[in-house]
Amino acid sequence: MPGPRNAGRGVKRSAEEKKRAKEALGRLYKDIFSRYPIHLILVVVFIVLSVLANVRGTLFTQTLIDSYIVPMVKDKSHDFAPLLQAIRGVAAFYIIGIICTYMYNLLMVYVNQGMLRTLRDQMFSHMESLPIRYFDTHAHGDIMSCYSNDIDTLRQMISQAVPQIINATITITAVLISMIYLSPLLTVLTLAMTALMIFVTGKAASISGRFYTKQQSDIGELNGNIEEIMNGEKVVKVFNHEKQAIEDFDRLNESLYTSSSKANSYANILGPINNQLGNVSYVLIAVAGGAMAVSGFGSLTLGKLASFLTFNKSFNMPISQVSQQLNFIVMAAAGAQRIYALLDEEPEQDNGYVTLVNAREENGRLTETKERTGEWAWKHEHQADHSIDYKKLEGDVVMEDVNFGYTPEKQVLYDIKLYARPGQKVAFVGATGAGKTTITNLINRFYDVEVGKIRFDGININKIKKPDLRRSLGIVLQDTHLFTGTVAENIRYGKLDASDEEVIAAAKLANADGFIRHLKNGYDTVLKGDGANLSAGQRQLLAIARAAIADPPALILDEATSSIDTRTERIVQEGMDRLMAGRTTFVIAHRLSTIRNSDVIMVLDQGHIIERGNHDELMAKKGKYYQLYTGRIVNA
Amino acid sequence: MRNIVKNIKGFWAVSIATPIAMLAEVAMEMILPSLMAGIIDDGVNKGNMHVILVFGGYMLLVALIGLVAGIAGGVFGAKASAGLAKNLRGSMFRRIQEYSFENIDRFETSSLITRLTTDVTNVQNSYMMLLRMGMRAPASLVVALVMSFAVSPKMAMIYVYALIFLTIVLIIMLPVVSRMFSRVFKKYDAMNESVQENVNAIRVVKAYVREDHEIKKFRGKSQDIYKNFLKVEKLMTLIMPVMMATVYFSILMLSWRGAKLIVGGSLQTGQLVQLLTYCMSILMSLMMFAMVAVMILMSMASVQRISEVLDEKPAVSNPEDPVMEIKDGSIDFDHVNFSYLKNDNYVLSDIDLHIKSGETIGVIGGTGSSKSTLVSLISRLYDVSGGDVKVGGVDVRRYDLKKLRDEVSVVLQQNLLFTGTIYENLRWGDPDASDEEVKRAAKLACADEFIEKFPDGYDTRITQGGTNVSGGQRQRLCIARALLKKPKILILDDSTSAVDTATDSRIRRAFREEIPGTTKIIIAQRISSVSDADRIVVMNEGRIDGVGTHQELLEGNAIYRDVYESQSAGSGDFDEKEED
Repeated sequence: MPGPRNAGRGVKRSAEEKKRAKEALGRLYKDIFSRYPIHLILVVVFIVLSVLANVRGTLFTQTLIDSYIVPMVKDKSHDFAPLLQAIRGVAAFYIIGIICTYMYNLLMVYVNQGMLRTLRDQMFSHMESLPIRYFDTHAHGDIMSCYSNDIDTLRQMISQAVPQIINATITITAVLISMIYLSPLLTVLTLAMTALMIFVTGKAASISGRFYTKQQSDIGELNGNIEEIMNGEKVVKVFNHEKQAIEDFDRLNESLYTSSSKANSYANILGPINNQLGNVSYVLIAVAGGAMAVSGFGSLTLGKLASFLTFNKSFNMPISQVSQQLNFIVMAAAGAQRIYALLDEEPEQDNGYVTLVNAREENGRLTETKERTGEWAWKHEHQADHSIDYKKLEGDVVMEDVNFGYTPEKQVLYDIKLYARPGQKVAFVGATGAGKTTITNLINRFYDVEVGKIRFDGININKIKKPDLRRSLGIVLQDTHLFTGTVAENIRYGKLDASDEEVIAAAKLANADGFIRHLKNGYDTVLKGDGANLSAGQRQLLAIARAAIADPPALILDEATSSIDTRTERIVQEGMDRLMAGRTTFVIAHRLSTIRNSDVIMVLDQGHIIERGNHDELMAKKGKYYQLYTGRIVNA
Repeated sequence: MRNIVKNIKGFWAVSIATPIAMLAEVAMEMILPSLMAGIIDDGVNKGNMHVILVFGGYMLLVALIGLVAGIAGGVFGAKASAGLAKNLRGSMFRRIQEYSFENIDRFETSSLITRLTTDVTNVQNSYMMLLRMGMRAPASLVVALVMSFAVSPKMAMIYVYALIFLTIVLIIMLPVVSRMFSRVFKKYDAMNESVQENVNAIRVVKAYVREDHEIKKFRGKSQDIYKNFLKVEKLMTLIMPVMMATVYFSILMLSWRGAKLIVGGSLQTGQLVQLLTYCMSILMSLMMFAMVAVMILMSMASVQRISEVLDEKPAVSNPEDPVMEIKDGSIDFDHVNFSYLKNDNYVLSDIDLHIKSGETIGVIGGTGSSKSTLVSLISRLYDVSGGDVKVGGVDVRRYDLKKLRDEVSVVLQQNLLFTGTIYENLRWGDPDASDEEVKRAAKLACADEFIEKFPDGYDTRITQGGTNVSGGQRQRLCIARALLKKPKILILDDSTSAVDTATDSRIRRAFREEIPGTTKIIIAQRISSVSDADRIVVMNEGRIDGVGTHQELLEGNAIYRDVYESQSAGSGDFDEKEED
């Protein structure tokens, strides 16, 4: 994809994007609630109880002095029994408060972790169902960050912001009611100050949010630069390019410094602003209330004013706390948006109904069997009359006038016609971008043809269920791609229920047995990071063994081109040849021997098949093939 | 630590101002309660409007100072920590530019990237926390404690006990929690690995219809994270109730003992109220302090990893009084031994090879025969372990490094291009090259033919790693880039492996005809790439197995003959290779 990854993410977020983020957040809340309704109701109940218990506890100080200490001092009494009684009572409230706090936090842990696990699992399952096109058109780093960064922003928000918001809502409501009861007029004044507070914090939070976005995109750019230069550090050295590299880096580093220090500055000043505005509100109420009480306006007594001031303090506190969470929420909204975008991707469509079944042939008739027979048949249930046909799986492939482009603007293949009889070997040759890989992408329906037909054993592949079609086609890609796990597990990937003997047999066929036995733990050697501890040749041998154990009737091979030394190359070649024996094979060929041994060679040029025939025929033609083969340009 | 302190450079003022501003904010916070009490006790309760106004005025003043201090602390803290991060990144990046290949090999690329990004961010966050809370929390703790002792030492002791209790709880819990967290992070790594594997290998997964199998594997990993995270979070939720219990217990103890003291006449009611307000602030400060401690503890690992990068000594450095002039392109290996690690087995043993200026040398040999190592000694990408390498008759260790590398141009096996246009990429070889010079180099490398077919020609943008051009095109661009240096020695390390045979031979012909004076060393797997060289060196297991012309080697060298026969027997390459 051209251009830096974060291009387009400007400092100003569009209103549209904000709306989408808000919607994603709403959807997340709904998902959480529909999954954990009982948990959340209990959380609310426990929060209410803990708020009440805490209020009762706070009031105790006043009661202690007014109802116990002052009278005792006055009476010169030394009877502490009533006080002890009261302390015991309060202790009971405290214990309830502690238990409730613990309970709601504990419940939230379950809700939080459970929700995150569900999202991760959903994302992964959904991701596996997406078409290849999705992976070809999205940066892999972006997909990965859904699982790490974005989930992480949700974790912080759910565990902290959610209970705090519930808590704050309850506290604010309770306090508001009490304030109105004490003095409607002063309540209005308090609310006016609160509105100012919310306005100011909202402003600061939105500025800070903007710089956070800028910071994220600066980080993205700087990381991109670091990654590129670190990977190419040796090239930098060889070209004495250090100074230029430092200059480029400094420019990006400086810009990250600016956005980072601004974003953090605005986030940091939210707290002080809120606190001090709260104090101003307190003073205003004291002055206004004092004036009212002194003048007797609005039936406000001094005692009521004192209580009101306490409430004023506990009204502003939760608002200030919630506003500190705003950045978390903004970040979580962006994360939720990306997560739901992944979950909303259209999965791979499959309208096929022809399936692949085990079969036995008796007296020229195919019957379906449960057990593995080594013979396979296509089970074709006709949609018109529901009659069932069986057709033997042989590996006969026909392409009829296939036209294709990855995007509507750019056609890649033009009028491709070809047929391969069972067991035949078809080689594709041609320059980069000629469309070789595209043809193989179409045969196993990684991409679907728009114009033309592809038939497998006479059946239009669009009618075959994708999993069944792919099971019948083995594939060995240029990039091998192994999985974390043992060598045996990697081979068994082709047939999950394969016995150890089958694994070894496949390895022997692929010529891989020799090197595997030399590994420290043989077949139980654990491979990490795409088989990083193996050489390129060894990885290819494992990929061949993996295809061999699946024993498919047809094969797609993309010959690897990485520089491996001649001896290893010969071993790989032998393995490939044994794998191809007796199977219909489509091979994107690079090696002379592979090409020469093919039954048909298709020469592709810019999406057209320009020549076809076997080696001898094509050499005699002295066309493009001859030119490629001899390295000589024919003056026609 | 020393490295961190050094990198505060330029941000000392804000670094010092931050805690001071935070202390001012704390001071204002400490004054406020007594002003509020004043408003209530002397103003509201007595109905004294004058007192309300006076105290209200004081409060506004205090609030204003607090606001200014708070904002200053926030802004300075953000600046100081972002500045430290900037400096750390800059210092590391500069240091890495001084590294030799040996240093780069020691750190893996991915680990260098993490150190420059994640680790620096960790340090930035803890530094901000340290500046803003590191002073503030202990200060308010100390102030509140001192004030409590001033009011009543007997009562203040209750806080001391509570503090001791909480400290013990934290000391026991923190290591457990941090151990559990590191286990969670390991599980995270395992999950990320699984996702990455699936994203990269999605074609394999789909081709083998293994979606359900992969989902099952992933569920296991996801469940692992769930279980471990649940465990640590459950433990963390215990901290809050424990703290609340301590606070409440302290309040009750204060009330009980306070009542007794008041009745006994040795304590005032107001003093009890004052003591109770300190309660929260003492315990909150302790929690805050614990949080800072945890963050710093966790970032220590990052500090360590950053320091490793900064403390690494470049293995190859410029000599004193360097030779600035390179006479010609002759190369002499005099009994050279080399090993990558000290005291390890030699990967090159007793190499004695003399190359005349302007000669074309082919190098051939199997994987692990140390062909690349051999040529990397010429431009001092590594230094020899024994013997010496001379260019133009002078030991390479005596040349100015930049001069040497300008005259010895290497096309590495790793054929990397960088984000930017083709012009920009090729000008790595010579920043001042004119458009015509760039085009001439491209023509020499047979790259002009495909560049001119691009809609944007030489202004075509190359994406990161050069993935939007084919392997063969990338190699030709890399050769053009190296040619632009107009070097005395040109080294191609397996640089035409993805170029078709015909183009490969045209490139070599161009070298012969256009730059006859340049010494050329060509490493290759294909015999055809070296067969027309003046001399061919056959390498085997770190030793020279034979030197001679194509014909001489065919007759006299078993390894060479074997490679030749295997390639002409039909397992050679056919067309232009692609690597994407």
